[in-house]
Amino acid sequence: MAHPYMANSTPDIRQEMLEAIGAKNIGQLFEQIPVNHRLSRPLQLPPALSSEVELERHIAGLLSKNESCDTALNFLGAGCWQHYVPAACLEIVSRREWLTSVCGSPMSDHGRNQAWFEFCSQLGELVGMELVGLPVYSWGCAAGHAIRLASRLNGRREVLVVKAIDPERLAVIRNYCETPEMANHIKVTLLDYVFADGRLDLDDLLSKISDNTAAVYFEIPSYLGIIDGDAAKIIAIAHSKGAEAIVGVDPISLGVLAGPGQYDADIVVGPMQSLGVPMNCGGGVGGFIASRDDARYAREYPTFLLSITDTIKPGERGFGLSLFHQTSYGLREKGKDWTGNSTYMWAIANAAYMALMGPQGFRDIGELILQQTHFAASLLGKIPGVRIVFPLHFFKEFVVNFDGAGKRVAEVNKMLRREGIFGGKDLSKEFPELGQSSLYCVTEIHTRQDLERLAAAIEGIVAA
Amino acid sequence: MRGLRDYHAPVWSEPVIMEMGRPGRRGLLFPAVDPAVSGVIGEAESLIPPQLRRNVPPALPELTEPEVLHHYLRLSQQTLGMMGISLFGTCTMKYNSAINEMLAARPEVAALHPCQDPETLQGVLEIIHAFEAILCELSGMDHFVFQAGGGADAAYLHACLARAYHADRGELERRDEVITSIQAHPCNAATAAAAGFKVVTLMLEDNGYPSLDALKAAVSERTAYLIINNPDDMGIYNPEIKQWIDVVHDAGGLCFYDHANFNGVMTKLRARELGFDACMFMLHKTFGAPKGGGGPAVGAYGCSEALASFLPTPLVVKKEDMFDLDYDRPKSIGRIREFWGNIPVVVKAYAWARSMGAAGLSQASDISVLANNYMEKRLLAIRGITRSNPLIDKHRLEMTRYSMETLSRETGVGVLDVQNRMTDFGIDAIWLSHEPWLVPEPFTPEAGEMYSKEDIDYWIDVLAHICDEAYSDPHIVKSAPHNQAIHKLNNDPLDDPDRWAMTWRAYKRKMIAKAKMK
Repeated sequence: MAHPYMANSTPDIRQEMLEAIGAKNIGQLFEQIPVNHRLSRPLQLPPALSSEVELERHIAGLLSKNESCDTALNFLGAGCWQHYVPAACLEIVSRREWLTSVCGSPMSDHGRNQAWFEFCSQLGELVGMELVGLPVYSWGCAAGHAIRLASRLNGRREVLVVKAIDPERLAVIRNYCETPEMANHIKVTLLDYVFADGRLDLDDLLSKISDNTAAVYFEIPSYLGIIDGDAAKIIAIAHSKGAEAIVGVDPISLGVLAGPGQYDADIVVGPMQSLGVPMNCGGGVGGFIASRDDARYAREYPTFLLSITDTIKPGERGFGLSLFHQTSYGLREKGKDWTGNSTYMWAIANAAYMALMGPQGFRDIGELILQQTHFAASLLGKIPGVRIVFPLHFFKEFVVNFDGAGKRVAEVNKMLRREGIFGGKDLSKEFPELGQSSLYCVTEIHTRQDLERLAAAIEGIVAA
Repeated sequence: MRGLRDYHAPVWSEPVIMEMGRPGRRGLLFPAVDPAVSGVIGEAESLIPPQLRRNVPPALPELTEPEVLHHYLRLSQQTLGMMGISLFGTCTMKYNSAINEMLAARPEVAALHPCQDPETLQGVLEIIHAFEAILCELSGMDHFVFQAGGGADAAYLHACLARAYHADRGELERRDEVITSIQAHPCNAATAAAAGFKVVTLMLEDNGYPSLDALKAAVSERTAYLIINNPDDMGIYNPEIKQWIDVVHDAGGLCFYDHANFNGVMTKLRARELGFDACMFMLHKTFGAPKGGGGPAVGAYGCSEALASFLPTPLVVKKEDMFDLDYDRPKSIGRIREFWGNIPVVVKAYAWARSMGAAGLSQASDISVLANNYMEKRLLAIRGITRSNPLIDKHRLEMTRYSMETLSRETGVGVLDVQNRMTDFGIDAIWLSHEPWLVPEPFTPEAGEMYSKEDIDYWIDVLAHICDEAYSDPHIVKSAPHNQAIHKLNNDPLDDPDRWAMTWRAYKRKMIAKAKMK
């Protein structure tokens, strides 16, 4: 039967083409595949749902079994955050012209290339860097590439990584640094955090940094939400040993927090999802890499780089790939790591988001998040048995401990769910030193009433 | 020949957004901080360590919502993509259905957090589980995971998994080589190298694939794995692949099937039945999800039971009537990317596979191969065009590599010129070849199953017209495009550190420096 996705699925067209080829049947065209390579038994797949009405009903039916953060009151973050996604961003990324595009050319896909350049340009303003690559798969992948880039620059084989890092991200970094058996293994050494306030432990850094240190990697805000005021000191220590300073930042914070370029970071990495991309069950994540516009760095980038240039028509601008030859597409195994499809559509969502926000939008959202997060922490901190672990400087996320109440996070979250609330991420397995602690995320989507509702619910749970 | 379309791309001469707007305009507002909140908390600035406060606002444009929306809609219009005819070889251009976009955009996908309790994720977990079963049936593999953010990332996943597999057997230190072919995707070699392996690359024989003897000479106790596509990008199927796998297995290596070119063999064979240990499908290409100009994508990675313990976590598992996420896998390689993958892409791919069904998938493969052979008949009739490996007389599978070497020699017009000129008629830039170019002046169309015979004929008509132009008026081809959003790019600044600019701030600095020089 003719299928709506396949124009040549009518018998007469197939016959017409077969006749043009001079073949008797379609089977003849597969003559290259030996008979003993063929399926051993026929395929058994679920029945086709070729009518859209059946398909829609089936998928929508399955999806209705989910309970989303649209209906629940959500406080999960931890690398995938519930920010408001402007409708304009959604309309822009759903445009088929670029949604379904593949490579194209700088002339025939000019608009898409310009949008990518505007992603790099606006992100460059936020982080304070002149060189921004096209996106990679995630923040962790960006950090992994950046560490490898640093190691190629200085030939050293150890990276110091802050311990207060997302365990998922750390697991990605460990893969990128290669296992110890491999010749180019980069040793990952963790840096302690100060138990009192969550800042990176400078004494530990001083004791571990050496002439073998390729890079120091830390994050502002950290995974545990901490805004570490020692950022410039950490970088100075890294530089004193000739190591590269790599800083991870969540760009949504950069209307109120200084861009890492301002405090002398060498390479900046971070997530893209917070800038106008839905959580998508974790499928909204993406990552970026930025640095100074220094040829030493540029020539080690693994990503595609897109430069503004001109055309043969005077005064006309275009955008083309820079330094293509050094990528894996140009040099195969001799290229800089590898690149491929990643999260380019989200770069366009990000570009539109940053343009909608402008400098004041970023300031407003940053202030709102700061104040609401601290307000939530103050409400929770007042509950007997509940403690805010690092109460001083934090952005968007903070650690809540339930040891004093004798409650497990899993227990609290289970009770919260009965009230339609998704509690914070359970840290008790990943950070056992923090006891029964949970990472709460508060953004611009929350209202004061939401936060009070959370506090009342937790108060009830710990009192029970 | 029908008349060619009188096409012209929209020309908006749209400024770079950094040049747009006026101070004080707003595109997005947020609620004012509740007075009850600020009353308790005080000024936001006091919550930031002084040395990390932002003193200078970012130099972003200040625009209203309609200005931003219209700017990006204009830019979208200046993107040809699949609005034209895109027979982009190796990427298997398919219809990305409207309903699948709508389904994946629903809040029951978009507003899910991956750390939610699995009890609240039953629908999405069921879709992943059901789709895994479909891919297992198509490939014969025992498990699939969706964490890899593209085909190259799945190749990287395999490199990481192979490390863990050989380390578990105490052999990793000596197994430091990966074997591939020069015709395999560059990422196969690059990801192996990025995971720490040495790459051994096999060259092709006249029959289009490397010889079994060359493989035997390359395989040793140092072989970690073989990574190979079949058919390759020339539409040539290696009929000795089973012997290849035996040779690698006998030496203790693993075999990975890069199924980037699945359309040519879809429903015809199973990777596992050929003996492969693992394989990869591109959901953003082969399974009907859009490419987004470069993702979000999914390289679905499948493997045999013997490798399952090394897969990245989490795995979706079914326990009685409930679906769950299994993170407790001690031998796992951990993560190659945060979370479990680009879930909307998985939802779209599942919906696509359900719409097609077994018969539809089989028909798609049939039509792709039929259309490719139909194209070949007509393309080889065009003056200046030849086929790679001309001595192979069997029908190619879903794509064929051609050469414009003759055209280039006789007219001075090369494939890059033709590529540009074709866009003047609404044809998306054609795919040439991965590096290195084994075939001079290569190009590689792939018809796929979506495009109509009329579209395919139009595509060929355009190419025939341009080849005629090359002989009669080569300048018009060499100076193309003429009907596009912009004119031919000046590539000279792109690799020049004094002139390249990947951001507007770099561009401004370099323009000022250049102005001072004058």
